[in-house]
Amino acid sequence: MPDTTYLAATVAIAATITFALRAAPFAVVNRLRSASTVTYLGQRLPSGIMIILVVYLLRDTQLTHPPSGVTQLLPVAVTAATYAWKRHMLLSMAVGTLTYALMLTLTS
Amino acid sequence: MECQSQPALSLARHPVPAPPARVELPFRRDLLAAAGDVAGVCPGMFLLGVTFGLVVVHAGLAWWWTPLFSGLIFGGSLEFLLIAMAAAAAPLAAIALTSLLVQGRHLFYAVSFPLHQVSGRLRRTYAMFALIDEAYALTATRPAGELTSTRILAMQTLMHASWVGGGVAGALAGNSLPVHVPALDFAFTALFVVLAAEASLTGRRLADPLLALACALVARVAAPGQMLLLAMGMYCALQLILRPRTGRRRHA
Repeated sequence: MPDTTYLAATVAIAATITFALRAAPFAVVNRLRSASTVTYLGQRLPSGIMIILVVYLLRDTQLTHPPSGVTQLLPVAVTAATYAWKRHMLLSMAVGTLTYALMLTLTS
Repeated sequence: MECQSQPALSLARHPVPAPPARVELPFRRDLLAAAGDVAGVCPGMFLLGVTFGLVVVHAGLAWWWTPLFSGLIFGGSLEFLLIAMAAAAAPLAAIALTSLLVQGRHLFYAVSFPLHQVSGRLRRTYAMFALIDEAYALTATRPAGELTSTRILAMQTLMHASWVGGGVAGALAGNSLPVHVPALDFAFTALFVVLAAEASLTGRRLADPLLALACALVARVAAPGQMLLLAMGMYCALQLILRPRTGRRRHA
């Protein structure tokens, strides 16, 4: 079991770096708030960043061997489609997770 | 069935309007609105927090490390990685480097997070500290006038409480629960699929998600270890290059 000093240092380092990365860009952005480039990027980024995060979460999906990622990609499609239809977060997450559980059962 | 569940559906999706008859206190109205904003996200974060708490205890750490990790770092994916690294006694330099690489994506969030809506030095500091992916996704696509200082901070506090609370619950439940329910792993992915769908539907531009998808896939193949930063960097650069009016092009 890791000792207390080591773990405390781990938390301190990770917390400091995380906060610095979250806070530092504001020093620049707040000065550029009126610049049209910043406004433009601010509008373009949200959907792109979230899509990239989803692909990142699915990065280890095996596409070359059967079942060729269907286990993950079908639940993703179901989650997105349910959300586009009902616009209800919890419902979509529940339906998507249940679909994934079903896929796990079917493919194992 | 569908009709009966309507009130519950709208509760989760939209801010709850205060009853018109009552005299509205702005603070109370903002809190209720914030609770409505995060109602879809908090249960997912709580559940994921439970998983994190279980992982902490199973790695041989005392339960109270969970609120320290979750409360002070407040970054889910990094925390999971750190527990694995700490259990393997990874050097602190590796911990620092991992933190830098995993959290590097936050550099992009300042551009659209409405920090200028938050008043007060202390509150702004907390708003920056608690700028998690979910907070970014829920605020960045809103019209600026909709979000007050109190509402933004209340959203972040509720998500913080869900993450830490879930962690403590999971850690205390400890050894009596199985550490791994494979299907629940997907709840985290589903949360981000929903956030991506919401941002794409709000953005109303099919080109953005498609461009992002292309960037992510290219980055996944080109630099699997640094996929996030590369993909987001490419996406930003391409958006600037493809910008309709010939304005400033700083990253060509």
